[in-house]
Parts: sequence; structure tokens; C-alpha cells
Amino acid sequence: MDVQFQFDWHAAFASLPYLLEGIPWTLAISFGGLAIGFVLGILFGLLSLSPSRLLRWVATAYIEIFRGTPVLVQVLFIFYGLPQIIGGPIDALTAGIAAIALNSAAYISEIVRGGVQSIARGQREAGLSLGLSTPQTFRYIIWPQALRRMIPALGNQGIVSIKDTSLFSVIGVGELVRQGQIYIATTFNALETYFMVAMLYLVITMSLSFALRMLERRGLVGQ
Amino acid sequence: MTAIVHMDKINKHFGNLHVLKDVELDVAAGEVVVIIGASGSGKSTLIRCVNGLEAFQDGRIEVDGHALAAHGKSHNALKAVRTEVGMVFQQFNLFPHMNVRDNVSLAPIKVRGTDRPAAEKQANALLERVNILEQADKYPGQLSGGQQQRVAIARSLAMEPRLMLFDEPTSALDPEMIGEVLDVMRELAREGMTMMIVTHEMSFAREVADRVIFIHQGAIVEQGRPEEIFDHPQHPRTQSFLARVLKH
Repeated sequence: MDVQFQFDWHAAFASLPYLLEGIPWTLAISFGGLAIGFVLGILFGLLSLSPSRLLRWVATAYIEIFRGTPVLVQVLFIFYGLPQIIGGPIDALTAGIAAIALNSAAYISEIVRGGVQSIARGQREAGLSLGLSTPQTFRYIIWPQALRRMIPALGNQGIVSIKDTSLFSVIGVGELVRQGQIYIATTFNALETYFMVAMLYLVITMSLSFALRMLERRGLVGQ
Repeated sequence: MTAIVHMDKINKHFGNLHVLKDVELDVAAGEVVVIIGASGSGKSTLIRCVNGLEAFQDGRIEVDGHALAAHGKSHNALKAVRTEVGMVFQQFNLFPHMNVRDNVSLAPIKVRGTDRPAAEKQANALLERVNILEQADKYPGQLSGGQQQRVAIARSLAMEPRLMLFDEPTSALDPEMIGEVLDVMRELAREGMTMMIVTHEMSFAREVADRVIFIHQGAIVEQGRPEEIFDHPQHPRTQSFLARVLKH
């Protein structure tokens, strides 16, 4: 069998202007969702460290639900399901951001819990013995150290969430994959277009990796 | 002679383990009390009760007029005690993400509300006192164990404590660094600081202690002047403990 394998670079670059229109949407959903997810993740992470059994239970329930169901189902539920309850439509961008936020928060709260628990007990004791209150000890001593240790895991989660946004083509938001699909529908250049889509994801995720590595290196000074 | 620390029938349990048994202990202002005993005898637990890092189940501790109740249920007193009592740990527990000067000035700024320039000036003076001012801009991880422990002492002194607790301050140090830490402690004792010290350094104990307390299985078995305890121990437990540790 003789397969003529031809990768048309010209076609690949021709798709680029169209695909680039999807980038702002991909970035908005990714980083909008992650920003909210980070705040929620810290909140639920701290709840899971609380002395109160009820608060810990709330955190566990949240984590199990949003970590245990697919993000695709979550976004479909928000976009198609929730409007039936609230009686009005939810736009695709909002639904996408909400899904990334709720989903990443479940993972981030576990990262937060692990990071805080990894700080030696002596650090807390030293803070308290100096007269700092428990919140002050947390804020000035435990949290800055925990945050540094969390950076690699947070970077991981960031990359996973960025890639998860590719699923949201199903709700019609014009992100990267959606733009690619529309372009392919008219040009049939699936090979070249999806290749360029993949390259653009790589550019985004590698930029994030690089930024976090810089941050980590800066944070490690003196430790 | 007024007592800074007054411990009244302190009992503490870890599950089924009875770690402190009816401990009665007064420490006078300016007194240096050294607590000795085998590992697991409860000596660290005893001093950790004084600043509330360990709760106790029964009894009463008064520190400089602030009464600590059983089960750690005395929030305001606890706060007051911790600002007035300094503690030095076996593992130093310096804050690795702050340089040496910030380690020392953190508590005065956050707890006492001292402004930063004044707190840093005080930190510099304290670091000079423990002979480590030239390292002020370094991070703890860049210092030797002996240097770290001297910084830890300066950090405690920054709160101008009425009492200092030392929990095996030289046990994690390489032998050649023990001397520099003991020198600082010796100096503090000479200046009249009230100190409760848990240590295995018997010759240091003999030299600086006003009183030596021997604790065995959570109970104070014997106490007295260092020459009494080290040269003429009365209790068989004290005798066998000292026979074991002084042989080396």
C-alpha cells in the first residue's frame, strides 16, 4: 500500500489567523477559571484543615463531588442543566469559567492541604512561642513556606485545566478547538489544523511552566 | 523571693501514658533551673507546659501572675504568657523563608507593634550580643547549627522575655558547636535571666544551675544545688542515672 503522506505547511499557517481568534477565549476560560479556582481551593483547603469536624466534612464533600465527576459533565450540567433551574440562559463563557473554577478548586484544595501539612510542626510552635496568634503564625510563617512548596503542583493543575478547556468546544464557546473545527469544516485540512491547535496549546502550557519555574527559582533563594 | 513560675500538682496524660505526675515546682526570678532525666522521662513536656505548647489535664500553672488552666482553656493568659516567655528548641525552628534579621524582628513588629526601623535596630543589637551580626542578611539555611541556635536565642530575646525555656538546645549540634551556644546561655545566666533548661550537658548544668531537678517517669524525684545532686545524689534513681551519664 502506498500512502502519499503530505504535510502542507502552507495550509497549516493559513489556519493560524483563524485559530488565533480562539486564543483569547481559551485564555479567558483557563485563567479566569483558575483564578477563581485558586481562591476557592484555598478556602476549601483551609476548611479541610479546620479543627471543626463539620467544616472538614463540607470540604471533603466538595472535593469528592467535583473531583469525582468529569469536567465535561460539569460544564454540560452548568450550560444546559442549570438554566432549567434558574429560568434563564447562561452564556458559554460564564459556564466554561465556572466549570474550570469549580473543578480546579477541588484539586487545588488538596494541594493546599498537603502544602500546609508539610510544614514542620516546629515552625508553628516557634511562632506561637514568640507570642504570635494562630492566624499570625499561619499568615507570616506557615503560609509563605507552604505556598512555595505548592508551586510545582499548582503548575500541574494549571496545565491540566488549560487542556480541559478544549472540551468546552461542545458548548459552542469559540475557543481553540472550536475554531479549529469550524475551519476544518470549510477547508478539510484536519491534519494541519489540529497540528497547529496542538502547537498553540503547547505554547500556552510551556509559557506557564516557564513562568512558574522562574517563580520557584526566585522563591527558593536562601532556603 | 517571688516565684515567676508556680506549678501546682500538674498531671498530664498522653492516652494511657501518665507523662507528668503531680509535678510541683516554683521558679524564682533570676533563678537558673536545670532539668535532667532520661529520654522520655517527661522533662521536655514539663517545660512545654509552661508556655502552653502542651496542655495538661489537671492542676494549675501560674506564670508571672497569669494562670494557665487545664486543657489549654485560658486563651488570654496563654497569649500573655507566650509574649513574656521565650523558648529555644532543639531543632532551632528558625523561619527558613526570612533572613536572620527578619527572624529576630518579626515578633516585636507583629506582636508588640514596634515600628520596623526600631525593631531592626534592636535585632542588630541582639545579633551583635550573640556574635552573629555579620550574618544578619543571610538565610537560616546558609548558617551552621551553632549559628542558627544563637539566632534562635536572639529571636527569643527580642521579645524581652521574663523567662527563657531551653528544650535541649545543644542536642542537635555537632560537638564543636556546642560551646558557642553554651557561652551565650552562660552570659544570659550571668545577666540574671530566669531560665529553665532541659539538657544533657552535665558539666554545664553543674556550672550554671542554681538548682538541678531530676525527673523520672514524669515525677520529680530529687532536686537541690548542683553539687548536692551531682556529688551526693540521695535517691537510687538519681544515682543510677548519673552513674550512666557521667561515665562518658
